[in-house]
Amino acid sequence: MLQIRNIHKTFAPGTANEKHVLKGLSLHLAPGDFATIIGSNGAGKSTLFNAIAGTFLTDEGQILIDSEDVTFRPETYRAKVIGRIFQDPMKGTAPDLTIEQNLAIPYATLKKGWQPAITRRDREIFREALANLGMGLEDRMKTKMGLLSGGQRQAVTLLMAVIVTPKILLLDEHTAALDPLTAEKVFNITREVVAAKGITTLMITHNIASALELGNRTLMMDDGDIVLDIQGEERSSLTVAGLLQKYREVKGEMLDNDRILLS
Amino acid sequence: MTNQLLGAVELGLVYGLMVLGVFITFRILKIPDLTVDGSITLGMAVSAMLTNAGHPIFAIFVALAAGALAGSCTAFFQTKVKIPSILAGIMTMSALYSINLLIMNNGVPNISILGSDTVFSMFQNLTGLSKHASLIIVGLLICGIVVALVEFFFTTHTGLCICATGDNEEMVRATSVSTTKMKWLALALANGCVAISGAVYTQYMGYADVTAGSGTIVIGFASVIIGETLCVKKSLPVGFVSAIVGSVAYRLIIAIAIRTNLFPTYFLKLVSVVIIAVALAVSPLKAALTERRNKTRRERENAANS
Ligand SMILES: Nc1ncnc2c1ncn2[C@@H]1O[C@H](COP(=O)(O)OP(=O)(O)OP(=O)(O)O)[C@@H](O)[C@H]1O
Ligand SMILES: [Mg+2]
Repeated sequence: MLQIRNIHKTFAPGTANEKHVLKGLSLHLAPGDFATIIGSNGAGKSTLFNAIAGTFLTDEGQILIDSEDVTFRPETYRAKVIGRIFQDPMKGTAPDLTIEQNLAIPYATLKKGWQPAITRRDREIFREALANLGMGLEDRMKTKMGLLSGGQRQAVTLLMAVIVTPKILLLDEHTAALDPLTAEKVFNITREVVAAKGITTLMITHNIASALELGNRTLMMDDGDIVLDIQGEERSSLTVAGLLQKYREVKGEMLDNDRILLS
Repeated sequence: MTNQLLGAVELGLVYGLMVLGVFITFRILKIPDLTVDGSITLGMAVSAMLTNAGHPIFAIFVALAAGALAGSCTAFFQTKVKIPSILAGIMTMSALYSINLLIMNNGVPNISILGSDTVFSMFQNLTGLSKHASLIIVGLLICGIVVALVEFFFTTHTGLCICATGDNEEMVRATSVSTTKMKWLALALANGCVAISGAVYTQYMGYADVTAGSGTIVIGFASVIIGETLCVKKSLPVGFVSAIVGSVAYRLIIAIAIRTNLFPTYFLKLVSVVIIAVALAVSPLKAALTERRNKTRRERENAANS
């Protein structure tokens, strides 16, 4: 479903701030794969998502979504098949619009521009989808988005991302701003929604337990590349402590390399 | 006095669509669009030429198209050339000064249309109503039609996407809607409305003057704010109507102030700026007062406790 071949990205090339962030990264996701991504701050996880979503074009390599080459396609084109959620609950929704208006924006991408924004039938569909969240939001569809809590907002953002089933779902630490209980709830909703529609998903998280618990693959990123890809038998037997150990090993190796370079 | 108040209502209606245009960019797109000063004069210039040529109704439609084109220019500067929105508006506005003079008989700064048929005189001849009645009815009709169309437009999906673009651009882009297109549509629509207002203004006043548009944006902001203060409910459909209400209220306030010798006519723009400043100062002032009150109360409590 998603094929990334050897992509590179350098920010501000040729200046003092030049930063080579993605370094020949390759990744292949089969349809229905749900991969979690861990890695230290600055490893390039969000940059990878930006590259997939087309926020910027990559410098080298190739990106295919569902066998279609989108390497040079702009963000708005790719957005038709990509659902995306950010860490910041403020980012994913329009605060001055109501819940139903927010849902109507991605939902109506199937419509013509002059058609009514929200019909009675749309409302029914939204109500049902909101009811599935179990947050009581189906009775508050005319409430302004800005009045909801962060957790409620992320749940609605998740609905917005999947209301027209995307080919790829990108979740960038979408529970990081939530309290542990709400985060748990949003994780559960994520699991259900993704499973129900069988969406190919990438989820960045700093929560090691969730990284193992959700999905069928766990990837570790470091210094602009994927350094570990754990799946199947190996993954199901791996504990949080075990994964942390692997994490340290990777970082340790890096430190050793640095020391060699410096000496 | 009655005549002056009637005149204020008429002028308020004539400027109503300008305020509607400012409302669309300022409140919905949340961009201060300074194109307005130029696009209203553009409407005046187009209207003067076509009215003198005997096409007062056609003039309004051409003004709409010309205004939309001016708005598109600003949108192009903003989205494609990546010029900050305020500068983009100022650039179009300045360029329009030359364009407007070009339209006005190749450089005549003031053109009279006295003696030519206008939408107002045509309506008066058709119905046989009094002058003031015709002016107000035609003003209401034009505002009513445009507001109704705009109301409808904002119930469509495109309208909703424009609102969302003003609210959270990044999110709209993430749902594959082009925010460039949305900004372009909104700026074209807004400046089209502004130019209609200019076209009607010329036919109302009987002349077009290349400097008549300067400072319009400030009057627009002030009217939007007054309208919002008067219309308590803060929903979008009410907002469009409040723009027209604000425009009329603004003119009434000014007329009364001038009538009672509160200030001379040339103080108009200063007063507009004061209205905007005061209206915008209310919420920070409230916050500062609450904080101050809190501070004195707690200081007293702390002193009592120690
Ligand atoms: N637009 C940009 N311009 C310049 N540098 C950038 C840009 N975007 C990211 N970077 C740099 O790329 C590196 C990787 O950033 P990225 O946001 O991908 O990290 P991350 O793995 O998501 O980290 P975190 O866990 O903190 O979110 C950082 O050093 C960052 O400064
Ligand atoms: Mg990140």
